[in-house]
Amino acid sequence: MTTDRPRLKKQILRVKVNGRWREDAVAENQLLVEYLRDVARLTGTKTGCDGGECGACTILLDGEPVPSCITLAARCEGRSVETIEGLAEQGRLHRLQNAFHEKLGTQCGFCTPGMIMSAEALLRRNPDPSDDEIRDALSGNLCRCTGYVKIIESVHAAAETRT
Amino acid sequence: MNAKDDIAQALDRRRVPLIDGIDKVTGRARYTADLDHADALIGRIYRSPVSHGEILKVDVSKARAVEGVVAVLTGDDCPHTYGVLPVAMNEYPMARERVRYRGEPVAAVAAIDAATAQRALELIDFEVRELPAYYTSAEARALDATLLHDNKPSNIEREVHHTFGDLTKGFSEADLIREEVITCAEVNHAQIEPHAALAEFDPVSGRLTMQSVSQVGYYLHLMLARCLAMDEARIRVIKPFVGGGFGARVEVLNFEIITALLARAVGGKVFMELTREENFLTHRARPQTDIRLKLGMKRDGRITACECEVIQRGGAYAGYGIVTILYAGALLQGIYQIPAIKYDGYRVYANLPPCGAMRGHGSVDTRHAFECVLNRMARDLKLDPFAVRRANLLRAPTRTMNDLMVNSYALAECLNKVERASKWKERHGKLPSGKGLGMACSHYVSGAAKPIHWTGEPHAVVHLKLDFDGSITALTGAADIGQGSSTMVAISVAETLGVSLDRIRVVAGDSALTPKDNGAYSSRITFMVGNAAIDAGRKLKSMLIAAAARKLDARPEDIECNGETFRVGSNAQSSLSFTEVVAAALVDVGAHTVKGTFTCPPEAQGGKHKGGAVGSTMGFSYAAQVVEVSVDEDTGLIKVDKVWAALDCGHAINALAVEGQIEGSVWMGMGQAMSEETNYINGLPAHASLLEYRIPTISESPPIEVHIVESHDPLGPFGAKEASEGALAGFPPALVNAVANAIGIDFNALPMKPDRVMAALVERRRAQRRGSLKKAVS
Repeated sequence: MTTDRPRLKKQILRVKVNGRWREDAVAENQLLVEYLRDVARLTGTKTGCDGGECGACTILLDGEPVPSCITLAARCEGRSVETIEGLAEQGRLHRLQNAFHEKLGTQCGFCTPGMIMSAEALLRRNPDPSDDEIRDALSGNLCRCTGYVKIIESVHAAAETRT
Repeated sequence: MNAKDDIAQALDRRRVPLIDGIDKVTGRARYTADLDHADALIGRIYRSPVSHGEILKVDVSKARAVEGVVAVLTGDDCPHTYGVLPVAMNEYPMARERVRYRGEPVAAVAAIDAATAQRALELIDFEVRELPAYYTSAEARALDATLLHDNKPSNIEREVHHTFGDLTKGFSEADLIREEVITCAEVNHAQIEPHAALAEFDPVSGRLTMQSVSQVGYYLHLMLARCLAMDEARIRVIKPFVGGGFGARVEVLNFEIITALLARAVGGKVFMELTREENFLTHRARPQTDIRLKLGMKRDGRITACECEVIQRGGAYAGYGIVTILYAGALLQGIYQIPAIKYDGYRVYANLPPCGAMRGHGSVDTRHAFECVLNRMARDLKLDPFAVRRANLLRAPTRTMNDLMVNSYALAECLNKVERASKWKERHGKLPSGKGLGMACSHYVSGAAKPIHWTGEPHAVVHLKLDFDGSITALTGAADIGQGSSTMVAISVAETLGVSLDRIRVVAGDSALTPKDNGAYSSRITFMVGNAAIDAGRKLKSMLIAAAARKLDARPEDIECNGETFRVGSNAQSSLSFTEVVAAALVDVGAHTVKGTFTCPPEAQGGKHKGGAVGSTMGFSYAAQVVEVSVDEDTGLIKVDKVWAALDCGHAINALAVEGQIEGSVWMGMGQAMSEETNYINGLPAHASLLEYRIPTISESPPIEVHIVESHDPLGPFGAKEASEGALAGFPPALVNAVANAIGIDFNALPMKPDRVMAALVERRRAQRRGSLKKAVS
């Protein structure tokens, strides 16, 4: 039996990823996380669930944290996407990366990119967050290793490192 | 470097960030799903839509004919069973003749993309004659129940009956006897990284390369050879970064074997990633457990006897079941002095995904019940729960009645720490209504002293390579799954050699490069691999000293090492740098490889009674914790305000990592106690997402104050024991104790979800209204 493969409708997406404009043909149903991982080959952004449950795929879209697994790539036309790979500048760790490393805010590391992106969005709008503000901002990011104790410490430590 | 710097460095080394931490925070770390698989076919699994049935037909001809489908396999393509225990391999990678749980793999497809594979699955024609299915231990054990496995009457996989000491005498000496029935829901590891595998088969060389999420690459290696009927020498198993395990990935999982079978069938590369729903179907976690526990106690708090019956609903296949039901009884011992213990354990088959090992394997639910009963008896006797623990402490070194070796034991200090830190004496019983304090203790093994595959090899082997550049590469099969085992190896080697941590690289988990290791389970790595790393370090060091002695024309015993400087006595004139010593060591022989090993002595390997090896270990970790809660009597919502946890880990090789492990394990105990529960409707998992299966979010997670206690185990590496599992089991009973303290209600079922708490509160209000309330707390 030979069946015709349905042809997916595609469009040219123009999107700024980590500061650089890209143009790629994307199917209209392609998810942003698939675009980032499979097309842009930025595998730092993770998939941990079947859609919008765990926060491991969190990226910044025009500075706002969004789960890229329930965001269509096509919705990002003309917009700016930031991923974990865009945080370190010229090999120097970003303050959150440094803090998560030194304070053991990361154990297995799988939730870490999403966690750091959510924390980055928080620190940009609130440079000196309280424990509760950190809890609130990271409540969509699940971690199964740390009990979150050292994640909160890491965000505080990063906040204290003025850039 | 002067002595002061040395000490500073040594202290600093006690709080070492993970050596692979930078990769994790930058997104550079490659987990299995991140490996380049652009040229791989995509594998998908067809799963049984029924809970129990005789397979009449699996017709894959339509699926095979779909354009873009390269291979379709069924149970017919693999007639070999697999399983973690050599004595209980009763499972096929894809079902043959019978399916025994909803979601069991029946067939698998490899296709050019996921959509094509999915369409092919939909064209598989599966016919089955349904059989009665059982979802509770009681139903499965009924006399007229259909057997899941023909050789297991009453669907009981394994019964355990152990008696130690004189039970009748123990209970007759008791001033108080209390018996409770306590149930614990089935819970899941829910590691955040979904299962994934990338298999590549080269038909020309006949070699298979498997990259997977395994915690024990060696088991995977063995089972691939078995199920693919391949020579072990033609298989290479590589562990990429692994996003958590907690026991989920100790056993070889069906999807791993299926991916390898598909790769061989297509003669190439196949990638498979399971959905979160499929992760829950692959389960292998802590079973639903019913515990009937009876304790006898003297008026002063001394325990006189313990009688315990445990029934575990193990799911459809054996998996780790025999070990789990043995652990549940064996680890009644090793923490308190109990003169008589009777244990009856039943591991029951049911038509649900098979259970397996999960953090605190086998011990958690029994410990929960034991500590709950202990706390209630303390209350009955008007004793402080701390005092009851102190009345029953062991004295190390000792051996338990079931022949477990206890060489180091600092539970008393753990109790002191959390009692003081939580201001227990000042605050217990004096908090406002709705607030409460509770406490409990727990322990866990530092590695199983008798491995499952008894080969006569050492328990751990570490290789060190020293080369011209002065770098040292440690090669270990130990699987770092986020717990920091590679960092532990690096520290152990650096500490032993007295060299800078930067000199050490760790290559872990690649069967082509690293020596075999029994893997990341039962908290064995620090104790066993740590000791092997120290042994290797010592051998390398004596080789370096010999080289320095030759170069300096001195006797090896006269060489003194100060960090990376080697010299004769205190003669600074005749000193050599590390680089110079390495150069001298390589003359005539070239690059060095030394091997360190560790073997658990026979006296650590448990008693001679049947099942006596389970629970045996080189050393136990001990933990005490206090939990403070607020209970909202209008909503039934429990809020954990704070936790104080103290753990005797022998010696903290890396205090930073030890804290992280204690926090994580306490918190995982909190999830089990408060919100986590699998829920099947006629075998259909209704919990199979991270929204339905509620692991605590950061919003609900309390501050956890950690106290590290060091008892310096005589056999541990630098005196160390495990730190990753021991604290988990203390949380649920401490919570139950705290809630009883807050609202005067004892709970006998986990998890304590708000609806369960609310129901108890409503029931009490009704009783109060009826005026028939005698006492909420009996």
